[in-house]
Amino acid sequence: MSENRKFFVYGLFVVVAIIYLSRLLYLQVLDNTYETASNSIKAIPDIPMRGQIYDRKGRLIVYNTLVYDIYVTPNKLKVSDTLALCNLFSITKSSFDSLMKAAKTYSRVKPSLFMRQLSKEDFARIQDAMVDYPGFEYQKSSIRTYSAPVLAHALGYVSEVSKKQLDAQEYPYYRQGDLIGQSGLEKYYEEQLRGRRGVRYVMQDVHSVAKGSWKDGEMDTIALAGQNLYTSIDLDLQQYADSLMQHKAGAVVAIEPSSGEVLTITSAPTYDPALFATRDFSKNYAKLALNPYRPLYNRAVMGSYRPGSTFKTVQALVAMQMGAITPGSVFTHAGAPMKCHGHGGLSGVHSAIQWSCNPYFYHVFKRMIYANNERNVFKASSAGLQRWYEDSKKFGFGQKLGIDLPSEAKGVLPDAEYYDKRIGQNQWRFGQIYSLSIGEGELLITPLKLANLAAIIANRGWYIAPHLVKGVGKNENPLPEFKEKHETGVNRLYFEEVVNGMEMAVVRGTVSRGAIIPDIQMCGKTGTSQNKKGKDHSIFIAFAPKYNPKIAIAVFVENGGFGGFAAAPVASLLIEKYLKGHVERKAYEQEWKNKNFLQNVIIPKSQQQPSAPKEKPAPPKPEATIVKQDNATTSKPING
Amino acid sequence: MARNEQNIIQNLDWLTVLIYAACVTMGLFNVYASVYDPEEQTKLFDISNNAGRQFMFIGTSTLIIIAILVIDHKFWEVFAPFIYGACILLLLVVLVVATDIKGSKSWIKFGSFSLQPAEFAKTGTALLLSRYITQPNINLSRWKDMAWAAGLIILPMILIIASKEVGCALVFVSFLIVLYREGIPGIYPAIVVISIVLFILSLFFSPLYISLGLGVIGVLVFYFVIPRYDRNRKTAINLVVIFGAMMLFTTSVEFLINNVLQTHHRNRIKVLVDPKIDPTGIGWNVTQSKIAIGSGRLWGKGFLDGTQTKFNFVPEQHSDFIFCTIGEEHGFIGSAAVVLLILGMMCRIVFLAERQRTRFARAYGYCVAGILFFHFLVNVGMTIGLMVVIGIPLPFFSYGGSSMWSFTILLFIFLKLDAQRPFTLSRT
Repeated sequence: MSENRKFFVYGLFVVVAIIYLSRLLYLQVLDNTYETASNSIKAIPDIPMRGQIYDRKGRLIVYNTLVYDIYVTPNKLKVSDTLALCNLFSITKSSFDSLMKAAKTYSRVKPSLFMRQLSKEDFARIQDAMVDYPGFEYQKSSIRTYSAPVLAHALGYVSEVSKKQLDAQEYPYYRQGDLIGQSGLEKYYEEQLRGRRGVRYVMQDVHSVAKGSWKDGEMDTIALAGQNLYTSIDLDLQQYADSLMQHKAGAVVAIEPSSGEVLTITSAPTYDPALFATRDFSKNYAKLALNPYRPLYNRAVMGSYRPGSTFKTVQALVAMQMGAITPGSVFTHAGAPMKCHGHGGLSGVHSAIQWSCNPYFYHVFKRMIYANNERNVFKASSAGLQRWYEDSKKFGFGQKLGIDLPSEAKGVLPDAEYYDKRIGQNQWRFGQIYSLSIGEGELLITPLKLANLAAIIANRGWYIAPHLVKGVGKNENPLPEFKEKHETGVNRLYFEEVVNGMEMAVVRGTVSRGAIIPDIQMCGKTGTSQNKKGKDHSIFIAFAPKYNPKIAIAVFVENGGFGGFAAAPVASLLIEKYLKGHVERKAYEQEWKNKNFLQNVIIPKSQQQPSAPKEKPAPPKPEATIVKQDNATTSKPING
Repeated sequence: MARNEQNIIQNLDWLTVLIYAACVTMGLFNVYASVYDPEEQTKLFDISNNAGRQFMFIGTSTLIIIAILVIDHKFWEVFAPFIYGACILLLLVVLVVATDIKGSKSWIKFGSFSLQPAEFAKTGTALLLSRYITQPNINLSRWKDMAWAAGLIILPMILIIASKEVGCALVFVSFLIVLYREGIPGIYPAIVVISIVLFILSLFFSPLYISLGLGVIGVLVFYFVIPRYDRNRKTAINLVVIFGAMMLFTTSVEFLINNVLQTHHRNRIKVLVDPKIDPTGIGWNVTQSKIAIGSGRLWGKGFLDGTQTKFNFVPEQHSDFIFCTIGEEHGFIGSAAVVLLILGMMCRIVFLAERQRTRFARAYGYCVAGILFFHFLVNVGMTIGLMVVIGIPLPFFSYGGSSMWSFTILLFIFLKLDAQRPFTLSRT
């Protein structure tokens, strides 16, 4: 009987062995918790230089400067003369103490950041003396450097990756302390600019003392340098636009119509991008964020305004294509609820554009809305508006154009559904929406979209989505979406009508005389964006020359008054600068550089700051965003 | 004589010897890996480091093996009482003259080398126990004979516990296997197994739940397992008594842990129950050990490329935690190979024991298998977080002269007995 007991003994051995084998299988193969908890191999990232950014003539806009971060290991630190050390780093004794306290709190044996971003010159001064202070070590790092204090909004900035961004990333690339593009091109082209981080694996013992590279660097990866961005920005023009937009709030966007390349993109007031590349980032950011004129707000792509009379060009084009009017159609002022500025007799679409006649476009829009067979006035309005919506949408309104900048606003191009939701189905008709006819009411556009409209008209019917980058790294082409032509579906002949009207508007129409550029045929259209509080916003779109246009532009000056007044001179000067390379009208230039429209800006009480920085002219808060909430019927169209 | 010696070589169980050699060699290389410092290019055969010393221990073990093979096989049975007596004497001596190493008073120092008599007491006890229980007039189902056998085991245990080597003393529990094979009533191992199960259960569940569970099982047993004609008052009372005893045991576990055990023993149990508790303090060993083994993955980091086991993350890696080095550098493949090697050796010994013609040799074989099993169970179990951390070495792998020699002696006495088998007349 005892003989059989051997089987129990065998069984016991085998069962335990199986249990242990399964446990080992789990620990070593199935579960990787313990592998990731490994603490003897430290991955040291090798962060490559970020790509540089160039303008269209190959001039550097953004590059990197080598800086040095100083680290301290409290346990290794031996300081005989604290005062001498403080003098070396140019800090006070108390700030030295607080830095050391923070370092000790983090770890006594691991290095903590002591001082960040020391310039090469400062570091050279310290480097030799550092030998006398064991415990200090340095690491090379780089900061973004700008060749000119321009283009802050479009370039964006780089800063330490946030906790939220760390959690949100799909592929775990970023780690605590990494830099990431936070806005503008830096954000949009982050992957190309950052390159690929390399990793060196080193071993360390239980006291975190380095013990050499792991497996002789077999697993290490080499860092890939970031790719350069070749933008279409013209640095000269950009600087000139910034200088013209000083003391003003608003935006300028200039596009090369044939390619969709953005030549200049400005949001005023602006700030020096270098402010965000220093160790005082948080301080500077907070200061700008509190500025009541919102210099951080990128008006060029985010600001939503009513287009005002600039939108009449679209109305004319859509109406002619639809067949609601012909190029020769003439309407009287009678029956229209809005006034006209006064002008001679009209002889068709081109002269209506030239004089920006409000009643004319009231009738044009009415024709379009009722150009269908519906008997019921509500149903007819709905069907008409929907058709108008479909045709106008092709100009890029009410949607993102897809510029290579983050946070582009869509704007609003109302369709039938829009009013159904607001007012109720079959409860609204033309009488409630006629403000749209002259670019008021619920319409909201961004300066970028208006610049694109100027480009469409310049091209007589098509556009390429505006973009800033025409080449990345060795690839000399822009992204594929920036080669695609978008057609508006409007006949070229109708465009010529509008172009003629715009030409005449400059020569003898709504545009002020001074805006005429000698020797250059500029076609333009003014716009006055209504504003509930304060003066109207001044808008101007233009392109030049009339034939084979090289530049299309949109200028917004908040609270600048009538469109032909403030915005047109700025556009005119910019076009002259771009086409001729210099500006001959020096007095005119000086006058508009000095014009101050910021004083007109009404700041909401809650944002008024007695200590608001004086040196930066503060821009007015765009009222347009508030208008969005108004009911259509309450807006009183005035003019264009 | 010469002919006899040749026969010994022929009859030696070379499979076991092969496994032994494999274990010892792998052990040596892993001890080397665990002390290897990439910055100093540690030499393998350098007496100043532990790997070099381990190599020396293996060399001397070879001499011991030759000696054992030469000595007449009857020596071990005949002189078992003296060997046992000598071990007991050494254990007593050690209590008086011991050098204190890490809180344990079980080492005798000779110059730069230390000897741990407790390691050899296992062999001594195995020899005498085998001799005692295989005497023809001994019947292990008798109380008196069982008590004597127990006494033989418990005496060295007490002395070893007195020298603060609780882990080493626990190894003597493994003699239960030989007692079981040689005929103690099955109820005793059953009690031990049930106690262990209850002990583990009571670590995770409150006594209330365990008693509820036991009660339910008791009722089920009464109505469904026990035949109808046996369902009388007597059986019921017996069941209640058994139930009561188990309950008492369960409730006493908490008392035992909190009041009898020392703090560091208590902590080791706590860590086993909740591995995440205090990973940088009392859980450090186990956490680091699991990280080391877990980071080896399937194929391991490669010889000398382990990083957790170097750089002092795992304490005692060259001795009690040598399995971590294997797991980290050779991955699942390596650690599974080691588990299978030891399993193979244990099973082979049981197989050899069963073919012995003398009861003494068979019993001794079971002693060897039991001791190896206990070391394997505890040592590997603790590195992978399935066992309480008890500082006993992994046979043939761990660094240490005393353990290397004592396991070699333990194993080769049995192989000598086995090799002698064809020339032995059966006594049973």
